[in-house]
Amino acid sequence: MATNTVPGPRVGQPTSLAGKAAFEVDDRLIVAGPLRRTLNKVFPDHWSFLLGEIALYSFIVLLLSGTWLTFFYDASMKEVIYDGTYAPLRGIEMSAAYESTLNISFDVRGGLLIRQMHHWAALLFVASIVVHLLRIFFTGAFRRPRETNWFIGVTLLVLAMLEGFAGYTLPDDLLSGGGLRIFSAVFLSIPVIGTWVYFTVFGGDFPGEVIIGRLYILHVLIIPAILLGLIALHLLILVKQKHTQFPGAGRTEHNVVGNRLFPTFAAKATGLLFIVVGLCAALGGLVQINPIWLLGPYNPAQVTAGSQPDWYIGFVDGGARIFPPWEIVLWGYHIPPVFWGALGLPGLMFGALALYPVLERVLTKDTASHHLLQRPRDVPVRTSLGAMAVTAYVVLWISGGNDLIADKFDLSLNAMIWFGRIGFLVLPPIAYWATYRICIGLERHDREVLEHGIETGVIRRLPSGEFIEVHQPLGPVDAHGHGQLAYGGASVPKKMNQVGGARRAIRGFFKPIEEPAEVQRQAEIEARGLESEQASRELSSSGRPSEGGRPSEGGRPQDPRD
Amino acid sequence: MSTTDHSRPGSAGGADEPGQLHGGPDDDYGPEQLAAMDRTELDRLGARYDGVEVLHVEPVAPPGSPLDKRNTRQVTLWFALAALFAVAFVVVYAGSGWFLPSWAWSTGSSTWSALYTPLLGALFGLSMISIGIGLVLYVKKLLPHETAVQDKHDGSHFDRVTTGATLMGGLDSSGLPRRKLLAGTLGLLGLAFGAMLLSLLGGFIKNPNKGNPLGTTPWADGLRLLRDDGTPVRPGDQVAGSLATVFPAVPGGNKAYDGAVMLIRLRPEQLSELRIPAGREDFGYGDYVAYSKVCTHAGCPVSLYEQETSRILCPCHQSQFDVTDGAKPVFGPATRPLPQLPITVDDEGYFVARGDFPEPVGPSFWNMGRLG
Ligand code: HEM
Ligand code: FES
Repeated sequence: MATNTVPGPRVGQPTSLAGKAAFEVDDRLIVAGPLRRTLNKVFPDHWSFLLGEIALYSFIVLLLSGTWLTFFYDASMKEVIYDGTYAPLRGIEMSAAYESTLNISFDVRGGLLIRQMHHWAALLFVASIVVHLLRIFFTGAFRRPRETNWFIGVTLLVLAMLEGFAGYTLPDDLLSGGGLRIFSAVFLSIPVIGTWVYFTVFGGDFPGEVIIGRLYILHVLIIPAILLGLIALHLLILVKQKHTQFPGAGRTEHNVVGNRLFPTFAAKATGLLFIVVGLCAALGGLVQINPIWLLGPYNPAQVTAGSQPDWYIGFVDGGARIFPPWEIVLWGYHIPPVFWGALGLPGLMFGALALYPVLERVLTKDTASHHLLQRPRDVPVRTSLGAMAVTAYVVLWISGGNDLIADKFDLSLNAMIWFGRIGFLVLPPIAYWATYRICIGLERHDREVLEHGIETGVIRRLPSGEFIEVHQPLGPVDAHGHGQLAYGGASVPKKMNQVGGARRAIRGFFKPIEEPAEVQRQAEIEARGLESEQASRELSSSGRPSEGGRPSEGGRPQDPRD
Repeated sequence: MSTTDHSRPGSAGGADEPGQLHGGPDDDYGPEQLAAMDRTELDRLGARYDGVEVLHVEPVAPPGSPLDKRNTRQVTLWFALAALFAVAFVVVYAGSGWFLPSWAWSTGSSTWSALYTPLLGALFGLSMISIGIGLVLYVKKLLPHETAVQDKHDGSHFDRVTTGATLMGGLDSSGLPRRKLLAGTLGLLGLAFGAMLLSLLGGFIKNPNKGNPLGTTPWADGLRLLRDDGTPVRPGDQVAGSLATVFPAVPGGNKAYDGAVMLIRLRPEQLSELRIPAGREDFGYGDYVAYSKVCTHAGCPVSLYEQETSRILCPCHQSQFDVTDGAKPVFGPATRPLPQLPITVDDEGYFVARGDFPEPVGPSFWNMGRLG
């Protein structure tokens, strides 16, 4: 090319070392374009969008700490006689799996820390997925086009629970062995093929000699690989579809308002990553969890009373506890209640969860794509259904620990069981009704404020002698003094300080440094001289930057690869 | 020799002409034009190409101002703390047993070994959390607050139609829709291939009906009832109202999940209200009865015996069984009584079984009523 022949540095060629190196790299990999697109990606700025990230970061903690543990753990059910550091168990027969877990706890430097960190991260992982799911549900983020990600999410949740159960069983202690025994009964209860499934899983009759090794390979390879693949897919789809956002000034169905990935969002996300890792480490060091040496090795004739599975398994246990003793027996064929309580109920719950987006789409006939989130109050039926499901879950969950509660509060166990049975049927509809009322009330209040303005707390006496409260309209008013702003799905300010009428009172640590009322009064005095701050906003109500058109009208065909 | 010598074998041949089909921003902005723009302009230009507009940048405190200095100090402090905690972690982790007391858990466990793990966790955690706080404060106090907006695109009709044409074109040129026999064979091949892979799962399958493992236990006629430590039991060893867990006298009998049995000596009051199910009149021995310890609900060892109410409670889901009434479930999710083991006493006066349980022990399963 012509420029090649011109001697001396070419225009635009880098002069710095870093610049030269970058050009060298891009000559080979051609990454500048995709990298710039990535760095420029805009992320919405709302705390509830961090919940999925917490799940992601605790998964990272799990991968790292878990890999560390694999170097010391021995997934064998071979019987050994313990001869390690922990004196109370010396001379006792146990599986090699249990022995190696004891060794990690007592003989490997820092082993107990990593073991407990791994366990805490697992609890956090499942918990953050559940809270993330609730936020997706209650804000309608699962609606078209995001049904696929919802479905992947539900699968992730189920897999995370199974992964947790498998991991929790690996130490082969008395508690987890008991859990495994119940698990085996669940397999056994499946109609027609139950005994075959049971023998296949355990390689014979319970407990056999293979189950720990099998759970191990599931726990460290198969399920993590699937989780990793699904998380990658989940995030890929997320990047492709871009984030949802709450409605607000300038936010439309066709844009995302927030921070660019680089540097703001990247720095914040990395900060959160470190905080999550730190939290897991601190919990792992400071708060004891699953002290297997106190439980002893698994022995099918023994059981620990009052012990609990990990929190996310509790609801299955609760279902098994409160399900009535109904066994179907026909011509010598049995379907025991375990099947309904421990398999049917969770199956139904997760099935309904997975299919919810489809159900809602069919029932509401809303097939449009949505990128703006909804406030829960604006969709009272969905919100109430959610509250109902959460209530049912909580009843099951409480029932999973009903012996502890009965013990603590000196209640009769039988009363707790009956509370679970009746509560499971009665409380969810009550939750539905109550939530519905609350949603409608909140909605009404929003409309009221839009129409009449914010209550200022200032009481005025009219010449007629009547007392009225002065309202601050949020926007222009018509001849009757009624506001003309339509509800746009965003949160409506209810207090003067939310529209800049007053700053927040400074809260002290033990007692308020300023009294809120005083701040309010001062602000009102100042406010008389203030013009509407709305006018100085940079965004016009159309959502487009007030100057300049669509950024993509830059003129070039867009590369669709983003 | 220059590498652009196209006459050499292995080179692309022909002139080094850029393709005609893909233009792009390089046509609009030559190197001179880009060189004339400053960094912010270039950043915004690139962003525009990605559908991103920076709406608003709220500057941070001006460099060198007191506020800027204070903010910088604050952020630096957190990172310094993080480094400090990290160093402290290394000192505790590596120094223990060297210049610090040993962390090892000995019988007379020292304070240090009890402190070791909490200390490690706290230091590691504080270090990480300090980095996190440092980064978050960095964003809040030292980075300009930028608000950007990015366009969202719907799928492109152009892309759909052209991609569809390519796909369908490929299918068409393969001729599969036309060549029915070939297509059908491929379909069958797919099924056969799937079956071949699936059949490998056969290695896992175990037959639960070979030898009736689910309907039988190690118990058999004449087998002694042994305690966990292997000693036999004779009438009178237990006080009335007590319960002992016993196992069949076979190798590994105390490890077989279906072998555990509760040998219960009833109190006189219990004896008087004892209801014996039909056909089991001779299952007990004197004031002794023996029931399977495996819960019929989900297989936990039932183990809490409440003498006053004659109830055995399973700790797993709180099923309760009445020992004076054939161990029938009286509360909770269990549906079947605990199977009873027929017992007697041998010539030497020790308890022995008179046979296996008359029905399967443990949780219910599909064909339990139809076992041979
Ligand atoms: C391993 C577990 C999971 C990880 C690591 C994960 C990660 C994430 C992350 C980082 C985001 C972006 C931030 C956000 O919108 O909150 C996200 C979005 C999303 N997640 Fe998950 N998630 C997990 C589980 C789930 C579950 C259980 C569901 C629902 C059943 C779900 C459904 C979604 C949906 C629909 C989006 C897109 C929503 C939006 O853009 O606002 N995810 N996920
Ligand atoms: S296993 Fe005994 S009640 Fe469930």
